[in-house]
Amino acid sequence: MSEPQSVISARNLDLTFQTNDGPVHALKGVDLDIRQGEFVSFIGPSGCGKTTFLRVMADLEQPTGGEITVNGVSPREAREARAYGYVFQAAGLYPWRTIGGNIRLPLEIMGVPKAEHAERVARVLELVELAGFEKKFPWQLSGGMQQRASIARALSFNADLLLMDEPFGALDEIVRDHLNEQLLKLWDRTGKTIAFVTHSIPEAVYLSTKIVVMSPRPGRITDVIESPLPKERPLEIRESAEFLEIAHRVREGLRAGHADD
Amino acid sequence: MMYIIAAVLIWVAGWWLNVRLANGATSDRMAVKFMIPAIFGLTIVIVWELLVRGFEVNPVILPAPSSVLLRLVDEGPILWADFRQTILKGAVSGYVIGTVAAFVVAIIADRSDFLTRGILPVGSFMAALPIVGTAPIFVKWLGSDWESKAAVVAVMVFFPILVNTVAGLKDTSGMQRDLMRTYAAGYWQTLFKLRLPSAAPFIFNGLKIGTTLALIGAIVAEFFGSPTVGMGFRISTSFGQLALDMVWAEIVVAALAGSAFYGAMTWMEKRVTFWHPSQR
Amino acid sequence: MKSVLPVLTVIAAILGIWLLAVIPMNMHLVADQAQRDGAVVQPETPAARQGLSGAALAVRNPALIPLTYSFKRPRLPSPQQVAGEMYETIFAKKITSKRSLVYHGWVTLAPTLLGFAIGTGLGILLAVGIVYSRVMDRSVMPWAIVSQTIPILALAPMVIVVMGSMGIQGLFPKSLIAAYLSFFPVVVGMVKGLRSPSAMQLDLLRTYNATGSQGFWTLRLPASAPYLFASLKIGVSASLVGTIVAELPTGARAGFGARMLVGDQYGQPLVSWAALFAAALTAAALVGLFSAIERITLRRMGMAAA
Repeated sequence: MSEPQSVISARNLDLTFQTNDGPVHALKGVDLDIRQGEFVSFIGPSGCGKTTFLRVMADLEQPTGGEITVNGVSPREAREARAYGYVFQAAGLYPWRTIGGNIRLPLEIMGVPKAEHAERVARVLELVELAGFEKKFPWQLSGGMQQRASIARALSFNADLLLMDEPFGALDEIVRDHLNEQLLKLWDRTGKTIAFVTHSIPEAVYLSTKIVVMSPRPGRITDVIESPLPKERPLEIRESAEFLEIAHRVREGLRAGHADD
Repeated sequence: MMYIIAAVLIWVAGWWLNVRLANGATSDRMAVKFMIPAIFGLTIVIVWELLVRGFEVNPVILPAPSSVLLRLVDEGPILWADFRQTILKGAVSGYVIGTVAAFVVAIIADRSDFLTRGILPVGSFMAALPIVGTAPIFVKWLGSDWESKAAVVAVMVFFPILVNTVAGLKDTSGMQRDLMRTYAAGYWQTLFKLRLPSAAPFIFNGLKIGTTLALIGAIVAEFFGSPTVGMGFRISTSFGQLALDMVWAEIVVAALAGSAFYGAMTWMEKRVTFWHPSQR
Repeated sequence: MKSVLPVLTVIAAILGIWLLAVIPMNMHLVADQAQRDGAVVQPETPAARQGLSGAALAVRNPALIPLTYSFKRPRLPSPQQVAGEMYETIFAKKITSKRSLVYHGWVTLAPTLLGFAIGTGLGILLAVGIVYSRVMDRSVMPWAIVSQTIPILALAPMVIVVMGSMGIQGLFPKSLIAAYLSFFPVVVGMVKGLRSPSAMQLDLLRTYNATGSQGFWTLRLPASAPYLFASLKIGVSASLVGTIVAELPTGARAGFGARMLVGDQYGQPLVSWAALFAAALTAAALVGLFSAIERITLRRMGMAAA
């Protein structure tokens, strides 16, 4: 049994894909704990297993060895209990539904009473600063707004855990900065636990309370950095000495992972 | 001779007008976009009329548009009765039966990947076959009234709609399916909320192909036996009486019915798949 | 390759349904015949039998079931009867015989291919015209699209009759129909194909200051290949269907369509069914041929996905 505060707990986790070119070790001997209310970033080059790890938490991939619990139960039970919201690389909004309709989609599937829909949609749209866009269709919105809507969709059913797979990876830097700032505010207001996959060092350092550095072949954790940055983080914090020091350490960790090649 | 010179002049004038319109500043306006093909069509009809008169073409070979128009007006009740028998009873009921059957089979096949992989190639093979050749067999089995026509139509429209529906149901991205999985959504929830809507453009493609097939099936099947009413019946008997203007009148009705049927499907498609990149 | 087993399963299921359907479809005919031959049939009068379904009749007279598969003039022939008739008329008869399906097949295939070639050629020319001439695009293209919604195929037999009355017979009238039916799919597909190069690709050629014909031969024409093949496959099966329908009710003596009708009118259902399946095989062969050419060509051009 894990401690009650531990939202994610992985012990000696392995995942091997069988491909035509032989087995690929996507994850090997991964140990990690994510406590309630943490903002944890996973960073590493492509092929390091960071997305795979997130998908294991979401029960979208099955580990081939080791143990993992989500909220103290198996990922499958957690998924069936609708314990987490997942945000993909692309917004993936249904083009035939309005923004409001897209946010209602999980509510309909999960059988949330109809009477609550309107209030919940309004609340999450306000959280991602999209109030007033409820009746628009996704294709009428910019890429950044679509991604915000997809975050709202993940928030709508009140799961305490948010799994985000490079959600801002396809957006340009200016939009990205803005969304990072908004995401931090949202995390602060909602107190959710967030697992966030990224390949941007500044993004990881800026957002996280804990940074997990991973490296490929086999996919494993090389460093876990507890961020000393304060909870209140204006964008300018990225020019502070403290920030640059953590970024430096992340870069070192990434480089060490590559030295094995 | 006058007629032929007039025909040439009209043709040149019509073409000149269209060149001016198509290359003019207003060519992208909606009204002009409709006007150009309308002028083109009208020019052809007028030239046809003038040539038939000028060369004194035997009406048994090619009737003049004016005599066809006369028939359309004079024989209204007969044409309407034929339309009801062939289009409303034969084609539409067969179309509905074939569509429903295709949907049912597609949903059943969709539950098994094995069946899907079998049905797709067999279905697209069947869709390319001359199924209209089964018309004599169905007329023999079901008699000469509209039931046999509906059966031919149902079989003809079944395969294209089946193939398109099955292919459409398969056409969702991995990410969209993963999303439904993170919601722990069941099979039917995924079907109704994700896969049917995203399959709609494919399904409508099949439905549109089916409209023309339905009319062909219903008319051709009447050549093999029908009560004394129906478009196919009228076409073949009018031929026997060398009343080509009546045949052409039926052709006009068939063309209007075909375009209207297709247009209705396109209109529904626009309503349902307004979100698809090809529609917006 | 991994779909071989599923395809075979589906085909086996269809054959199974067919085999089962043969029994109730032919049961009444078989029972009548058996009674005339002196057998005891339940119930005894034809009138009483009419009140029963074929399946119910089969349950009461299980001994007659095997006869439904070999009945001479069945409502629904069994698969083995059709296969036997096809073997008989394709392989066992001399090609010159009036009963040989190879002979009838050629009568249908020749105008199909001639018309298809004409229709495709004209279709490509019109498509080029539409892409390069704004007037043609605006005035002809809407009609090309509308024409596909018109059940013109249903009028095929009439065209044959009209041309016959003008003294034109043989290959040409049927080719005309085949050409018409392959013409519009090719026009619509080719226009789409010739317009498929992206704005960026066209701009690239502008930076080379390429001439219009260079642009056509090096970019537009190769880019249209996948669209052309898709249209060719639709066109060739439409041509074949057109030729067969043209042969159906026009008193033609030879061709698949004529065989289908002859079998129907002279009470030889096996002839109809054999012609129907032979026509299906021919259509499959034509589409298969064009798919093969498509695969090879696109691979040579480096456009094939797999």
